[in-house]
Amino acid sequence: MTPEERFDAIVAAEDKIEPSDWMPEGYRKTLIRQIAQHAHSEIIGMQPEGNWITRAPSLHRKAILMAKVQDEAGHGLYLYSAAETLGVERDQLQQLLHEGKHKYSSIFNYPTLSWADMGAIGWLVDGAAITNQVMLTRCSYGPYARAMVRICKEESFHQRQGYELLIRLCNGSEQQKAMAQDALDRWWWPSLMMFGPHDTDSPHTEQSMEWKIKRVSNDELRQQFVDMTVPQADYLGLRIPDPELRWNKRRGHYDFGEIDWEEFWNVVKGNGPMNRDRIAHKTRAWEEGAWVREAATAHADKSRSAA
Amino acid sequence: MTYDVPIAPGETGDLAETTGTSGRGWPMWEVFVRARRGISHVHIGSLHAPDARTALQNARDVYTRRGEGVSVWVVPSSEISAFEPEAAAEYVEANEKVYRLATTYDIPDEVGQM
Repeated sequence: MTPEERFDAIVAAEDKIEPSDWMPEGYRKTLIRQIAQHAHSEIIGMQPEGNWITRAPSLHRKAILMAKVQDEAGHGLYLYSAAETLGVERDQLQQLLHEGKHKYSSIFNYPTLSWADMGAIGWLVDGAAITNQVMLTRCSYGPYARAMVRICKEESFHQRQGYELLIRLCNGSEQQKAMAQDALDRWWWPSLMMFGPHDTDSPHTEQSMEWKIKRVSNDELRQQFVDMTVPQADYLGLRIPDPELRWNKRRGHYDFGEIDWEEFWNVVKGNGPMNRDRIAHKTRAWEEGAWVREAATAHADKSRSAA
Repeated sequence: MTYDVPIAPGETGDLAETTGTSGRGWPMWEVFVRARRGISHVHIGSLHAPDARTALQNARDVYTRRGEGVSVWVVPSSEISAFEPEAAAEYVEANEKVYRLATTYDIPDEVGQM
């Protein structure tokens, strides 16, 4: 059996590829790019919510938000570790992110304007992330699939705390409910964009499906998310900002309107409301933390030579 | 949500364009966690740290935020020896001595549970 035949047989048998196995160069490259983007998304994703930590309305909510942001950092670290099993250095990935050569999910290029956004992000953004990540637990690359299992467990907390936050707002004053509606109005469409272009405009999907990196297509995942979310919006008494949204009895799914693809591509290309701020902040944090990394290294060297 | 963000102008993502740390970075550590008393430590992931003490502290923060473990080990990744993939395949394929398995022996039903 050639290494390639072995690889194909493992993938066909729904078994996992592990770091020491032979793999096609395209498989390795696709995974490095995807896992790195995923890791970057978690790390950049700390910023929109970090924005509200000091202004959380209670100590309880503040503690929840800090735990959630800490989880995002943890998720980023699991994922960078998974990427490193493919023979890439973490600092290389940081450099590509800082230079704008690596992307992260466009959702984090939107600003968080009100406290209700903390609810909308948990409910919609983490809800969309779960839809994708549950699929990725079945990914053919072992380290990525394992990282997803851990992450999915924690994302459930993220989504539930967000939805619960919105329940509170929707049962509160008129202004609080209006704030929740405003957050839904702003986050709905960007959340649907998180699933990426239509399958017909997604050139890599077919190969990724063949390699079992990706198990479900962008449009199918988006449909799953819409079907799951609409009843949740109804429960909150909030209106989804899509006049074309309606139940299609024949399909057994919700029909929904077309995404503004011009906006989508504009944000992907770096022209979203927050693209520049996010990278500037990330780069600054990296540079300002340099002395901590250097001091830790110096301390470790000194302890070793003293021993 | 897809993390396969479409390729946009300006994105090359070419690793050859990066310098990395070429060994100047912190070493990698493998993390093992004992979920509760009575069971073995199990490999849970890896991380970077300058020394063992920091590695343990980071392991606690990264891998045991929700009471996943009662004990943590960290081991420098470079200290782990393993079979090369080809040798590992041979090793597994050589293990075909089925007579080592209890289920290959037929015991009459009358004898009962054995």
